[in-house]
Amino acid sequence: MDDLDLDHESVYDGLLGGDASQWAFGTDFEDPLAGVDTTIPAGVEAGVLAAYCLMLGDDALIYAHRLSEWTSNAPDLEDDIALANIALDLLGQARLLLARAAAADMSVVPVLPEGSPVPPEDALAFFRDERAFRNVGYVEALNGDFAVTIARLLLFSTHRLALLQRLAASLDPVLSAIAAKGVKEVTYHRDYAGRWFVTLARGTEESRRRLIAGLRTVWPTYAELSRSTEVETQAAEQGFGVDPATLSVEADEIIDHVLRAAGIERPDLAASGTGPMGRNGRHTEVMGRLLAEMQVVARAHPMGKW
Amino acid sequence: MTTGQDFSAGGGHGAVPLEGVPTGLGQPPKPEWPLYEIFVRGKRGLNHVHVGSLHAADDEMAVRHARDVYTRRNEGVSIWAVRADLIVASSPDEKDPLFAPAGDKVYRHPTFYDIPDNVPHM
Repeated sequence: MDDLDLDHESVYDGLLGGDASQWAFGTDFEDPLAGVDTTIPAGVEAGVLAAYCLMLGDDALIYAHRLSEWTSNAPDLEDDIALANIALDLLGQARLLLARAAAADMSVVPVLPEGSPVPPEDALAFFRDERAFRNVGYVEALNGDFAVTIARLLLFSTHRLALLQRLAASLDPVLSAIAAKGVKEVTYHRDYAGRWFVTLARGTEESRRRLIAGLRTVWPTYAELSRSTEVETQAAEQGFGVDPATLSVEADEIIDHVLRAAGIERPDLAASGTGPMGRNGRHTEVMGRLLAEMQVVARAHPMGKW
Repeated sequence: MTTGQDFSAGGGHGAVPLEGVPTGLGQPPKPEWPLYEIFVRGKRGLNHVHVGSLHAADDEMAVRHARDVYTRRNEGVSIWAVRADLIVASSPDEKDPLFAPAGDKVYRHPTFYDIPDNVPHM
């Protein structure tokens, strides 16, 4: 049989072209940073690097978990898969970032029973207590309806894309590589959310009403994303991180653009809260339940191999 | 029974109310998004291959959905989305008049030539 016939045996045979590398990112499925030089560059404090990676990693991890709750519940099968894809992209970013945090400073990783096969990034995800998580409260909030989810995703991915674009120039080559990979992913997330935002805004009376309500729900909490903590300021000073306060101009420009396309006014709502909350380990009530669901199986089997 | 409802044993599942139960019967069906057929060209493939179908509200959304549904495992480098109702297809009823006459015309295949041994790739 020649190649053309093979293509028609199974559509996917022809599409994959015998390339087996599509099944996993990187060369090694077991170790996310396999073959990567994790030496810490001069002028970078290991503790700050680890703390900074935890922040970005936890944002991705917790939001991935929240978004994955849409699986089997989205308005359409196609959006079910789209949201699950987005969650999975974020989970991939979380895995790399948490692995980077552990490689920089093992003291952030919870201690497990001797001989436990749980890798450090899993220990960070599944065996840390609520107070040790550094994600913003913005990502742990309940999904709400589809319109709330779209509004929250739009603001989040706009902010994160601006962050990752800048982070690609990080002094830490690992962080820079993770950011460069993430830029492609989050560009799609923003595009997905932006399109739905405009579609809902210009759809039916009901969809517009819900979208405006959704935007008003997430708007006051959005400011939290650009509130910098000491760790982030230090990370920026040491040349490997981005001070989130410097991102709001870029992000706002994009958001205003989407709002104009959607024909929706910028909400005249004040930001809720003042100082950093989640970044300092102070989380909202819904976080406990989220962690319980996310961690229960892993915690029941600290010696488990997955 | 004093409930006023008509109960009767149905399908071996015990007594079930027959009236006032929302069944959706008689109501107009919820409008569905139009159906699109999706074609994906793989990295090595020369042609777009039909991989399946999906629903989307508009053409642009169809491409996005196709990306999510059919290229999650790195299958493609290009997507075509075609509104299913725009495809002109042959009918199964016409199978014989359309295709059967070609079946016994073996002389249409170039199989009656002797290929010299030193001609490769034939």
